[in-house]
Amino acid sequence: MNAPLRRVGVVVLVLFGLLFANLNWVQAYRADAYRNSDYNGRVQIAEYERQRGNIEAGKTALAQSKASDGELKFLREYPFDAEYAHVVGYKPVNLAATGIERTENEFLNGTADALIADRISDWFKSEKTPGGSVLMTLSRRAQDVAFKQLSDNRVDATRGAAIALDPRTGAVQALVSMPSFNPNPLVSHDTVAAEKAYDKLEKDRDKPLNNRALGEVYPPGSTFKVIDAAAALENGYTPQTQIPAGPVYRAPTSGTDIRNAADSICPEAQVTLDDALTESCNTGFAQLAVKLGGEVIKDKARDFGFTQTDLKVGRLAGANADGIPVAASETGEIKNPDGGDDPAALAQSGIGQNNVRMTPLQGALIAAAVANNGRQMRPYLVQQLLGPDRTTNHYTASPRELNGAVVSPEVATTLQGMMVNVVESGTGGNARVDGFRVGGKTGTAQSAEDRKDHGWFIGFAMRPDGTPVTAVCVFLEEAGPGGSGEAARIAGQIMRAVTTDREGS
Amino acid sequence: MVLVAIYSATVEGNMLDTVTPDFWVPAAVLGVLFFALHMVIRFLAPYSDPALVPCVALLNGLGVGFLRRLDLAEAPPADRADYPIFAGTGGRQLAWTLASVILAAALLAIIRDHRVISRYAYTLGLAGIVLVMIPALLPASISEINGAKLWVRIGGFSIQPGEFAKLALLAFFAYYLVRKREVLSLASHRFLGIDFPRGRDLGPVVVVWMVSLLVLVFEKDLGTSLLYFGMFVVTLYIATERVSWLIIGLLLFFGGAYSAYLLGATVGGPFANFYDRARIWLDPFAAPYGEGYQLVQSLLGLGTGGLFGAGPGAGQPTKVPEVHNDFIFAGMGEEIGLFGLSALLIIYLLIVERGLRAGLAVRDSFGKLLAGGLAFTLALQVFVIVGGVSKLIPLTGQTTPFLSAGGSSLMANWMLIALLLRISDAARRPVSGIDSSRPSGASASAPAQLHGAPTEVIRP
Repeated sequence: MNAPLRRVGVVVLVLFGLLFANLNWVQAYRADAYRNSDYNGRVQIAEYERQRGNIEAGKTALAQSKASDGELKFLREYPFDAEYAHVVGYKPVNLAATGIERTENEFLNGTADALIADRISDWFKSEKTPGGSVLMTLSRRAQDVAFKQLSDNRVDATRGAAIALDPRTGAVQALVSMPSFNPNPLVSHDTVAAEKAYDKLEKDRDKPLNNRALGEVYPPGSTFKVIDAAAALENGYTPQTQIPAGPVYRAPTSGTDIRNAADSICPEAQVTLDDALTESCNTGFAQLAVKLGGEVIKDKARDFGFTQTDLKVGRLAGANADGIPVAASETGEIKNPDGGDDPAALAQSGIGQNNVRMTPLQGALIAAAVANNGRQMRPYLVQQLLGPDRTTNHYTASPRELNGAVVSPEVATTLQGMMVNVVESGTGGNARVDGFRVGGKTGTAQSAEDRKDHGWFIGFAMRPDGTPVTAVCVFLEEAGPGGSGEAARIAGQIMRAVTTDREGS
Repeated sequence: MVLVAIYSATVEGNMLDTVTPDFWVPAAVLGVLFFALHMVIRFLAPYSDPALVPCVALLNGLGVGFLRRLDLAEAPPADRADYPIFAGTGGRQLAWTLASVILAAALLAIIRDHRVISRYAYTLGLAGIVLVMIPALLPASISEINGAKLWVRIGGFSIQPGEFAKLALLAFFAYYLVRKREVLSLASHRFLGIDFPRGRDLGPVVVVWMVSLLVLVFEKDLGTSLLYFGMFVVTLYIATERVSWLIIGLLLFFGGAYSAYLLGATVGGPFANFYDRARIWLDPFAAPYGEGYQLVQSLLGLGTGGLFGAGPGAGQPTKVPEVHNDFIFAGMGEEIGLFGLSALLIIYLLIVERGLRAGLAVRDSFGKLLAGGLAFTLALQVFVIVGGVSKLIPLTGQTTPFLSAGGSSLMANWMLIALLLRISDAARRPVSGIDSSRPSGASASAPAQLHGAPTEVIRP
């Protein structure tokens, strides 16, 4: 009976070999997949063992973690509720994180490679070192004004967005999407309640979770005329060049009549380019676009940042540099099926209709490029990353260009003058700020047949010596009559807030 | 040597806790306990295998330590530092260990020669079957926990009679097969190159197969039925040296299991539980918060542990349901990682192979069968539960020997070890010692017959 006993021994060895092989499979090969599985609550608990770092702007915490009872040791808090929700984002227990909470997650929760020294020192301490802090570029005053003015807009728009950035660096000074939401219920440790809160927001018809400033595109309307003007100036036009206008224009082949917003706007056969922009002359710019050709318009729009699909706003550089994704602004093909220009579509596109779409960020980038003498800077939100000790600096934003020289400095200067005219003697009067040169362009865009028009304003403020301070875009979705004027007013308020902040600091 | 190994091993096992000023107390208690056991063994079975007790003691100590660690995790954080040592599952496990070790020592003291057992083989066999049947026949209110009818619950206690039945049945099998093995191995006809036994010799196999399927159906426990059946087939194989038995056994088992699966899918009823388990095994992530929750959490725990584990006390084993019992291996895996689990597996392997070794060395057939069966049963149980929690085979409710919380399992397995010790003692005892230690009743008819039985079967 010894032979079978030996064989049983071998069988046992084989069985244990199988166990061992399977454990290898589970614990080594598949380990990462299991560890990062959505159903794995362990990593989460470990994540909450360490105090998550702050997200701050102007020395005030926009997101902080407070000690709490229970399995998860820290509770995330957003003291400003809805105001910063779309920038800061939120970091819930079970749901997906968003905004800076997502893009800087590793640094905030202390697992970033840069914080390895702090983790090593944890071995010798009883408490875990908190995560690092993220300092935002936002101006609290500007954000406050943008949030309040947008919410209390006088045309009763329920949706919209506002964004302000520093034309010289690309640092975002304010970013608001309306309607916003309170992120605090979403990060509740009661995951069922958190999911309910999320579902409610998700089902809301106004889509408060959407980041309208970065993630959504809308027809830009007349604000697109800045790009037409830039293309014209580069093709031999001057502000004084007479361009054909008139009360009504129909493209050579087909299409609907293009009219002006009011009969009083450029009814004469010809106006100067400058006046056409100041008055926002639709017929003039439609014909200008047809004259210049689809490729020229599309190229210029691309120079300004249209069709860029991979833009992210967050951190500019460094390991794992990430950001909030930005939707690509589009001009559309503007072509006939045979490949030639489609004049009807081109005329519509020239005044920012047809298939032209842009994000509010893109609007601000256009204004910023003009204000910064043609040099468009890459937008960013993260100014600095501070270690847990709050003195070690792990990253400071060093601004860099986004699209190089969008237009030549000469063209930019000319455009600045034309846009200043828009504010000083044209449609953008509401945006004026005392003591600053403010330029801009309003826009009214048809959204759909039976819907009210969108109101836009893109603009900039510069000191009398020509130093740009801020570039702003305000967008009011389906704002109806007076939308662009209201957008200009809000933009003016935001610019004033930025300039006061600048003067103060 | 043995003493040091036991002591350091148990200390090691209990150091796993967060270090509090009295962290050493459970270790010391176990150390004293195992030292006492060691002394008893020195006295009662001086030639027994010295590797067995330290290995088991290490596992047992680790189990107590881990259970205490779970108690700590479940206690409110404020009370953790001064959590009483003898409270909670860990404390209870400590008490059970005490009882089990005393029982093992008593068993060693009572059974001075393993051949004595064969005299009570039929009694044990009957007792075994009764024990198996009790939970199946009792109303579910007494016997059912988590859908499996394996328990007898009296007051605050719950006993798993199946754990003890295992040993009784094995003793019976060993005796029966030693008696019948010539018949079973010689009388056969050849078919397709395999020796098939005669129909009437097939009888007991079929009976046991039926019993194990009954267990499966009425007690809703695949693991136990697999255990009984595997145990029987292997002892049969050892006794007869006929591969055909293994083939028949495997065919019967897989046939039974597969038809249960099909029946569960179509008919439902008593087979539905089995079908559900198989389905969960095939795709646990189909219902990660429902049926598959246990297995999913177990796998995630193991995966999170990775190669080196989170470190003792640093994981969240409480995330896995039933981590005290069936899933203790997954819970420990999260904290000690692949390397730690491999070490545990190797300790189990060591115990099993030492048991088989005792079977090889012992001179009588009954002892060989008993030792081989006991060792293999232990191995199979480890395989079933560890394979279950790591999704190698469908998950079945089995305790992890020596680690899981639970008195029945711990006691039964310590008794198993006591028997192995007794057999290894007989195996390693110098030849001259046999006669002197043979009990006076050895001349009784049945054992006397056994003693004369040749060790090797005459080959046809």
